[in-house]
Amino acid sequence: MQIKPLLEAKAELTHGNVSKCPIVLSTRIRLARNLAGYSFPGWASMDQRKEILAGCFESVGDVTSLKRGLSFDIGELTDLEKKILFERHLISRELISGKEGAGVIIGKDQSCVVMVNEEDHLRIQVLRSGFHFNRVWRAIDRIDSAIEEKLPYAYSPQLGYLTACPTNLGTGMRASAMMHLPGLVISNQMEKVIRAVNQLGIAVRGLFGEGSDASGSIFQISNQMTLGESERQIIKRLSGVLESVIEQENNARERLFEKQAVKLRDKIARAYGILRTSHLISSSEAMNLLSLIRFGLDRTIFDEEHRDLLDRLMIECQPGHIQYSAKHLAESEERDVLRAAYLRREFEKIPEPDFDNPRRKRTSKD
Amino acid sequence: MGKALKCDLCDNQATVHLTQILNNKIHKVDLCESCAQAKGVTDPNGFSLAELLIKSVVDEPRAPTENGGTCHSCGYTQKEFRKTGRLGCPSCYEQFGETIQAILGNMHKGTRHCGKVPANVEATLSRREEVTRLEEELRKAVAAERYEEAADFRDRIEALKNAGQTTK
Repeated sequence: MQIKPLLEAKAELTHGNVSKCPIVLSTRIRLARNLAGYSFPGWASMDQRKEILAGCFESVGDVTSLKRGLSFDIGELTDLEKKILFERHLISRELISGKEGAGVIIGKDQSCVVMVNEEDHLRIQVLRSGFHFNRVWRAIDRIDSAIEEKLPYAYSPQLGYLTACPTNLGTGMRASAMMHLPGLVISNQMEKVIRAVNQLGIAVRGLFGEGSDASGSIFQISNQMTLGESERQIIKRLSGVLESVIEQENNARERLFEKQAVKLRDKIARAYGILRTSHLISSSEAMNLLSLIRFGLDRTIFDEEHRDLLDRLMIECQPGHIQYSAKHLAESEERDVLRAAYLRREFEKIPEPDFDNPRRKRTSKD
Repeated sequence: MGKALKCDLCDNQATVHLTQILNNKIHKVDLCESCAQAKGVTDPNGFSLAELLIKSVVDEPRAPTENGGTCHSCGYTQKEFRKTGRLGCPSCYEQFGETIQAILGNMHKGTRHCGKVPANVEATLSRREEVTRLEEELRKAVAAERYEEAADFRDRIEALKNAGQTTK
């Protein structure tokens, strides 16, 4: 297994608990870049793709933030390895299903990733736990400038960075936040929020991007437009929208606990019961239950020290990760057995819900 | 009754009519049942009008472009662009300029880049601006018959232009 070191390393997404916060799981920015003088990956010949891949591996692997990282040629990874990288948000579905001559360079703590020959020659991504757009922008700006010194980008003063699809033209930037919004989902307000946010040119997607469902009440919210505004302006506008979504979510939670306290306690207690004792559990059921526990944790019904574990379980209960721990190609039902066993074991570490915790008086507005 | 609308992507009768307000602009798309399914229009989470707009705009009949709709540099055609929504190479943006300009206004906040400028481009740009400024000074100096100053401006312009050639 080539990716073994990645799974054993402490990664930003699974161990970056310093900067974690209740509603925003993580902040991510990606930049689409292309090399001057080459056809875009979808139209380039196989020889060209391989030449670009080799060139990028050499130059990008030299950039400080990626120096001690790992590079993989997609063609040399097994299906399971690809699935795991996808579940960790390190590679995209497009890279997996695309042509040969594509690859990925993953930085040591997995917070910086560069995909090569996805839709564009380079897709640079930086991710941090919590809500930190400015920090992420500064980091990715530095990496991008360092790469640009070695590889001349396709750029036009009028249209900015030239991308395979005109929807990414200009800044080539997609900034997104992974939001946990159980309050809005339980109170059936999510559709209304999505519609309002869409009108502002901001997209809402499920946990695994385009077309994925919103299991675990987790949504990816990102800018749609990339041309006509600077990176900072885009981030400022998106942050404004996200802050109002956070406010809506907090209000929804407040109202739920005011009006349906018993129902909610019951939901959370049952979720805990199932996770701690069940023997068959699918990944989507697990996600939905873990989401309820996380919601409870935000209300101090569980102890803050378990937040890290919960966020890690949301990744580790995905099919690829379960299959990896099984050490063989487990069928769906066997996976459900293994997942349940794994969750039972992990939940021994989390004490029963404490609904009378005095700290609960703390409002969720702080 | 009015005549039936045709699907924006194929020639079937359109039965799905979508209106989305993006950026205070109203965008309308008409689709047939199967194109709507294929584009995921039925899933409000994973759907953006932007990509569909590429197709509907490029679809509009317009005068044949100077190069017959094929990119000189990579051989990609406008027809393929319409089909995939993607371009062949960076030069396609120049070659299909008109068609692309028509889409950008609907798709983005503006049609001009106002973000990051690569360092090497920035150097070239500021050099170009400086040359323009010096040329203006030179013109004034000549008009005022200040020939000594003019000669100085001329030398500086020359030097800047040469610097541009060696770094490029």
